[in-house]
Amino acid sequence: MSTPVLECKNLCYSYHNLNGETKALSDLSFRIDRGEFVAIVGPSGCGKSTLLSLISGLLMPQSGEILLDKEASAGIGYMLQQDHLFEWRSIWKNILLGLEISGTYSPQKKALAEKLLKDYGLYAFKDKKPNELSGGMKQRAALIRTMVMEPSLLLLDEPFSALDYQSRLMVSADIGNIIRRSGVTALLITHDLSEAISLADRVLVLSRRPATVKTEIPIHLTTKDASPLSARNAPEFHHLFTLLWKEISDEYCQESC
Amino acid sequence: MNTVKKAVNQSPPAAPLSLEQKQYLQKHRRHHHLITCLRLMLFLAFLVIWEFSGRLGYIDTFFFSSPSLVIHCFLTMLKDGSFFLHTGITLGETLLSFFLVTLFSILIATLLWYSRSLSEILEPYLVILNSLPKSALAPLFIVWLGTGTKTIVVAGISVAVFGSIINLYTGFIHVDKEKLKLIYTLGGNRFQAFHKVVLPSSIPVILSNMKVNIGLSLVGVIIGEFLAARVGLGYLIIYGSQVFKLGMVITSIIILCIIAMGLYQAVQYLEHFYKKKTAGI
Repeated sequence: MSTPVLECKNLCYSYHNLNGETKALSDLSFRIDRGEFVAIVGPSGCGKSTLLSLISGLLMPQSGEILLDKEASAGIGYMLQQDHLFEWRSIWKNILLGLEISGTYSPQKKALAEKLLKDYGLYAFKDKKPNELSGGMKQRAALIRTMVMEPSLLLLDEPFSALDYQSRLMVSADIGNIIRRSGVTALLITHDLSEAISLADRVLVLSRRPATVKTEIPIHLTTKDASPLSARNAPEFHHLFTLLWKEISDEYCQESC
Repeated sequence: MNTVKKAVNQSPPAAPLSLEQKQYLQKHRRHHHLITCLRLMLFLAFLVIWEFSGRLGYIDTFFFSSPSLVIHCFLTMLKDGSFFLHTGITLGETLLSFFLVTLFSILIATLLWYSRSLSEILEPYLVILNSLPKSALAPLFIVWLGTGTKTIVVAGISVAVFGSIINLYTGFIHVDKEKLKLIYTLGGNRFQAFHKVVLPSSIPVILSNMKVNIGLSLVGVIIGEFLAARVGLGYLIIYGSQVFKLGMVITSIIILCIIAMGLYQAVQYLEHFYKKKTAGI
């Protein structure tokens, strides 16, 4: 079996303000192996984004530990909910933002950025401003901005949620394929169950706040190819969806009943 | 030739305008012309009424002057060169204090953004200084700095700088938090967050703030010149009123109007230029 890229052990985190303490995560543990695509689903507001902030080092865990293998700790890519392309920069300049910040711009990186632009069909738009691109194209540009850093662990925080339904299907299929092909380890947070099933190898269900891992469901689909669209037509899809739905709605029920 | 080609390339394929569109454009243009005409007519009517009520004896031109007297006064000022001296001095002082206000307020707002504690500590002081009538400070400036350019420029700065700092700081802290998060996820520090996100996304705020500052700097400079100058339009206004040369006072006020308009337009042009540049294409 392959080595874990990321291992979270008994993570706890709570937010403090003058009105009191809000526990976001409690005793949360899981691991992700190299090359895996793991999706995390959970009731809304259960602390999914907090988890990503902890893994990426924006927040420090209050207890528990996060173990990253050497490579991953050097390169975590983080895709946010919105593309956040800067409207005052061209697409090309936006893509180079990470390289500028880390001071790692080089001819090789430039070549990589150009290759990615061509691969993702954005090369013709490289000198355009973000507002001239469609939502899906912007999200792909944001992915290039992340991928050009060559991350070995990719964190995706509902990266498709800002898109309308159709572009969402297209872009998630698109980006799913890109990530699969590049072989990068990915952790996707989503509230869309079918998106989770169609993209991931494994789905973790979080409980409501304070979040902990409730169940873990491995996804094995029999499909002709690995594309997320054909995954949605796999015979097991419906069963998995029902299973996930039951787990999630249990959580909502406990909250409201 | 080149430019024509470019323009053709950029515009969408020229579809023949529909009748409704033509009518709409015509209506729009007509409305625009009407507004311009009415503006000019209002101005002319004002001048005519002013001139004739003076000539017919409804108002005393000794106190109220008249357009012809103003023009006469203006021409004498042009001839003896005092127009260039006084206008030049006022303009120079205004531009200097405007420049310094912009510089200081950006620097201080940056510091306040950088340190939340500092901004919390300084907040009440800024609010008090901002609402304090700055003309009350002018006598102090005279005692400290003497009469002359220094006092006048400081007066100009004092009127604009506190409000400017507060505005810019508010603009800085309202920058999209998620964009800042993006910088941090890419491994950036606070300096890079400022340099890559806060500053570029605050340029519209900075520009609109500059429009306010240029007017306020002029106000401050005139206050300064009232009290501590031997040259400048502010001095001319005070001097003219003391020796009852009301024509000189009104001429100076009109020159001030023109300066204020010109400076405002200059900053607005800068803003247009920026918008055009960032609009893409």
